[in-house]
Amino acid sequence: MFRLGLIINPVAGMGGPLGLKGTDGEEILELALKKGAFPRAPSRAAHVLKALSQEKDKICLLTCPGSMGADTASQCSMPFETIPLKINQKTSPEDTRRAAKMIQERSVDLLLFVGGDGTARDIGQAVGEGQLCLGVPAGVKMHSSVFALSPHHAAEIVSGLIKGRRPQPRLAEIMDIDEEAFRADQLRARLFGYLPVPGSRRGLQVLKAGSSASEKAKQQAIAAFFVEEMDPNRLYLIGPGTTTRAILQALGQEGTLLGVDALRDGQITGKDLNEKDCLALLDQAGFEQATIVVTPIGGQGFILGRGNQQLSAEVVRRVSKKQILVVATPDKLQLLRGNPFRLDTGDPELDRQLCGIYRVLTGYRESAYYRTEL
Amino acid sequence: MTRKFIHPYIPNSVPEVQQEMLQEIGVKAIDEFYECIPVEQKVQGKLDLPDPLLSEAALKRHVEGILARNQPAGNMISFLGGGCWDHHVPAVCDEIAARSEFLTAYAGEPYEDHGRFQALFEYASMMAELLDVEVVNIPTYDGSQAAATALSMACRITGRPEVLVAASTAPDRLSVIKGYLYPDIKVNLFDYDTDTGLTDLDDLSARLSNQTAAVYFENPAFLGYLETRGRKISALAHERGALSVVWTDPASLGVLSPPSAYGADLTCGEIQPLGIHMFMGGGRAGFIGAPDDERYIKEYPSRLFGIAPTTHREWGFGDVAWERTSFASRETSKEFVGTASALWGITAGVYLALMGPEGMRELGENCIKRTRYALNKMAELPGIKAPVIGTHFFKEFVVNFDGCGKTVAHINAELLSRGIMGGLDLSQNYPGMGQSALYSLTEKRSREDIDCLVNELEKILST
Amino acid sequence: MSDKTKSRDFHQARWNEPIIFDLSTPGERGILLPEMEPEIETSAGDALGELPGDLKRLSPPGLPEMAQMRVLKHYLRLSQENLGADLNVDIGQGTCTMKYSPKINEQFAASPQLSGLHPVQDENTVQGALEIMYQLEQFLKAISGMDRFSLQPGGGSHAILAIVSMIRAWVDDRGLSDTKDEIITTIFSHPSNCAVARAKGFKVINIYPDPKTGRPDLEAFKEAVSDRTAALLITNPEDTGIYNENIKELTDLVHSHGGLCSYDQANANGILGITRAVNANFDFCFFNIHKTFSSPHGCGGPGCGVVGVKEHLIPYLPVPLTSFDEASNRYYLDYDVPKTIGKIKDYYGVIPAMVRAYAWIRSLGAEGLLEAARVAVLNNNYILNRIRAMKGTEAPYAEGEHRVEQVRYSFQPLKEETGCGFDEVQRRICDFMCHIWSSHEPFVVPEPFTIEPTESYSKQEIDEYLAALEKIIEEARATPDVLKTAPHNSPIHHVAEHEYLDDPKLWAVTWRMYKNRFEGYFEPKKEQQ
Repeated sequence: MFRLGLIINPVAGMGGPLGLKGTDGEEILELALKKGAFPRAPSRAAHVLKALSQEKDKICLLTCPGSMGADTASQCSMPFETIPLKINQKTSPEDTRRAAKMIQERSVDLLLFVGGDGTARDIGQAVGEGQLCLGVPAGVKMHSSVFALSPHHAAEIVSGLIKGRRPQPRLAEIMDIDEEAFRADQLRARLFGYLPVPGSRRGLQVLKAGSSASEKAKQQAIAAFFVEEMDPNRLYLIGPGTTTRAILQALGQEGTLLGVDALRDGQITGKDLNEKDCLALLDQAGFEQATIVVTPIGGQGFILGRGNQQLSAEVVRRVSKKQILVVATPDKLQLLRGNPFRLDTGDPELDRQLCGIYRVLTGYRESAYYRTEL
Repeated sequence: MTRKFIHPYIPNSVPEVQQEMLQEIGVKAIDEFYECIPVEQKVQGKLDLPDPLLSEAALKRHVEGILARNQPAGNMISFLGGGCWDHHVPAVCDEIAARSEFLTAYAGEPYEDHGRFQALFEYASMMAELLDVEVVNIPTYDGSQAAATALSMACRITGRPEVLVAASTAPDRLSVIKGYLYPDIKVNLFDYDTDTGLTDLDDLSARLSNQTAAVYFENPAFLGYLETRGRKISALAHERGALSVVWTDPASLGVLSPPSAYGADLTCGEIQPLGIHMFMGGGRAGFIGAPDDERYIKEYPSRLFGIAPTTHREWGFGDVAWERTSFASRETSKEFVGTASALWGITAGVYLALMGPEGMRELGENCIKRTRYALNKMAELPGIKAPVIGTHFFKEFVVNFDGCGKTVAHINAELLSRGIMGGLDLSQNYPGMGQSALYSLTEKRSREDIDCLVNELEKILST
Repeated sequence: MSDKTKSRDFHQARWNEPIIFDLSTPGERGILLPEMEPEIETSAGDALGELPGDLKRLSPPGLPEMAQMRVLKHYLRLSQENLGADLNVDIGQGTCTMKYSPKINEQFAASPQLSGLHPVQDENTVQGALEIMYQLEQFLKAISGMDRFSLQPGGGSHAILAIVSMIRAWVDDRGLSDTKDEIITTIFSHPSNCAVARAKGFKVINIYPDPKTGRPDLEAFKEAVSDRTAALLITNPEDTGIYNENIKELTDLVHSHGGLCSYDQANANGILGITRAVNANFDFCFFNIHKTFSSPHGCGGPGCGVVGVKEHLIPYLPVPLTSFDEASNRYYLDYDVPKTIGKIKDYYGVIPAMVRAYAWIRSLGAEGLLEAARVAVLNNNYILNRIRAMKGTEAPYAEGEHRVEQVRYSFQPLKEETGCGFDEVQRRICDFMCHIWSSHEPFVVPEPFTIEPTESYSKQEIDEYLAALEKIIEEARATPDVLKTAPHNSPIHHVAEHEYLDDPKLWAVTWRMYKNRFEGYFEPKKEQQ
């Protein structure tokens, strides 16, 4: 039997159609309800469960009571067990976190959650990096890369897992933005952490899609190339991300996953730096003596300004454009579907200057030149 | 064009059809499709090619006229070998290799092209029996490519950058190996005894180091003799953590032990002897055999077809660990894979099924005994030294004519005028052996053929 | 569309043929070998017995034992379970140019006058074969404008190996090994370009397409070229069928930095007689004889890739070349290539493929080649027009432009709408005697499929293929389960459990591996010990 956990955030995505840009915070939710919003997460969850109906006998579904799962499951005639969670009619982020913990404790093969970035954040906070998860997109913002492309796609991945296809898990970013700033038309996406999700099986033609060389192996290949080209006298500011972290690991260094670390001559000389620390180090190093190493964060390909705010406009201004080095696995580039990298340093003028072509390390002795636009 | 060209190979040349299609697309003329090409990049005028032979009859007359100028070894008493041999090709092999369904297919899926998947799986399975290994690939371009790839695999498996190759390796194959492995892998040679042909074990031991990924030798060797100390060579390689890679002639394996029996980790070779015509060296395909070990399987650059269940309990197939290949993964793939020699794999499978264990035994016996007979008879001729190198032989041996004061070129020209193709002239590639030739005997060479050769040689040498 | 172009009621042969080992009956014989004459037996004595112990095979190979007709029948049945291009409308095998391989050319290739030739026969006895090789080279020179060709490589990837080996030799020869260490290619060029360049010790730079035009991003390209650039390896048109009109700008830029340019002409079928490698200033080019020049694909080879070079690179070509000596009026194998990279394949290459190509070009001439290209392009744009109108598919890039000989399409909209995408359509379309193939790496285009009609298929056949496609798209909406459980009319049904191909504990690439792991029908074998 395949043990599947399911959490629905019934209020996720309600603001979207009304232009509310998210439903985090109670007043907003009430506003949304007043404006006539209706829950869209349950129908998306139903979509997944219906698509899995053929596999019904092989699934042991564990879900939350009422609108957080049970209602949808019974509507889809999918047998299920309910966790003993008490929820109010109006559900809260705390409910999501408690539910995730309880389901994790009851050990499931996969925790499926239906919601948006806020939901992903709650799940991540509750279960850490030890639980295989997958998001079904139902939110408004969707910067995180923990989501399947669609409910269809999610069902396909789950069905693959049930059939015994167990691709290497991939650590996917949980991104979220400050919703208050967002509603005031300011985007401030942050990287909150990572969740293991089923790795993408390369290729679509399943008979030919063997176990993919793991994302990790590809990151190691990039790291090996970086180390080969590294200039020991140069200061490197290594931005957040699993690909950048692999560089530090290749040098036997323990970096921070969410922070900016400084590297010189193969050694970490500063950890989890804030903007000020970065500025101080760069001033000390001198112009043209430092390189900023970043990786695109989230599904939209931001290389600066989302998820690595430490590397602020002030910081970036202190190096020339040529000294911004991007590292990204080919899979990650392909996820962009041909769209360019993007920037959001908070300084529109600087962003404009930084547009153009960047060198991207993509493998061992392999690179690409890739376009960046606003 | 004065007259509209409607060629039988181009149905939509018919003006009315073209008009209909253009109209549907909404363009006036085909030229519009080429507007994307800048004028300066366009060909001015017509390509400089001969006028077409439009009728099939004219084409047939023309091409067959050219081919008539060939005098194929296959129609003569030929003793040419040295890597391409005039074995008998069973009619069933020709029948299957010419089937439209196989001949004109390419890369269909395991459903509509189930037949090719099964036929190639069976080819690999029968080769595995012959080689006594668990894994055999879908064929490479040729045996030399198989050798080069096997050595490259050995470097990845061991993580070492250097290979030791027997100096007795076929010269052309050595050229392919060196070219293929350059520049990342260093190829060093180890010596052999010019009398017995056997590996110089002292030289090999001295050259082995913890940088050595593989020790490579051929058995039977290019010059026809057999290496009797394969076990010892493999053991020396293994002692230093290197792999033993052995090239072999599959036609010999009905009677000779497969290299895996004397310690080969990777076995490679050429399947031309298994039901494939010589085609002036154009009918070739290579194999690489390995044990059932994930470390080996993952390093194959070629395709491997695996067997899998279907929803209706049939035998299904698909590509195993497809991600190894450069088709699937640009950035981490091993070497590269492309169109190679699948049709010859199917053909060799037909051959092995026809032959069975007894046929392969008889084939080996034929080669060994006919070779022995020819060797005995030729050695009796005055002024001839045979064998020049080696003690045991499969289907080839070296004959030296220095004692007759005649060159191989002269002798072969004389033989040719009498309908015989003499052995491969070694005087260019092996100057140390003087006027020597490599004589090859397949099951096709009857006692009469051999006697005829000996008689004619006697006459030529005595004039 | 007329009634005769409706998708037809089709069922492929389904023989449920056992694995060959299960057809074995001990004692049966498929073929007999010559009997040993008494004189030979006497003279040879116990030649087998005298072999050293280590060399004697101890137990016979476990090959099947079958009477001749059983072998024939088994393989004929398997052949019927294979849908060759002669039977299907093989336009879904895009990038592979599945054109008609004329039967008369098969007669030439199979002629004993060719098949019986030994590679080291006296040159005087192979003048016919050498003439064909020599003349084919002259034709290829005319078609490409290059100065010399090697016919030796066994396929396109092998041709790339020959070219990159020559680039390596050229760089090393000029003492530039440390300074010219990068090769630029595009993400839509064949993956072998990248793999071979890496294997030959170069760093590889991939250029991604401009998301709108589909051409390699020109600005990125300019940024990538430098004095480190040893060479550019590029296909044009790429697998999208979009002609890159800036191609000469690219080669000029690389040349200005002292690099070489190689033109992958695997996709040449739409530009024969229209444009040539020399017109865009390339130093190398290669063609696939088994694609553009009609030699059949043989289930994946033998193929033939021919490499052309400009004058200054002739000294690096593989040996031997084919030359003609006017004095003696004879053709000969020419080993006088001073800086040759040596041999990259046994002997001289895949001669039967060369003979077919020779005959094909002779049967068409310059006008016919041009007509082939023009009709291939007409067919392609006809299909493009029809597929653009099908809801559920799209043709990414170069909106509104015509394409050359093929187009890479996407089922992404269909997938999003119905959950059925490439995988399902691919399994379903073989129920309609058609096929679409699946290697479209890299997956820059999601749910991709590539259609290349060539000049060989009539409008009626093309309409039939499109009708099948339309019907399947309808089914994806109305009865998606029909797609999900497809194929239904194929030799076998869906291989749904991929762990048998992915899991090292379950996969079996030979029958003996299967027998070691399983018994019956994939029943795990109980541990023996």
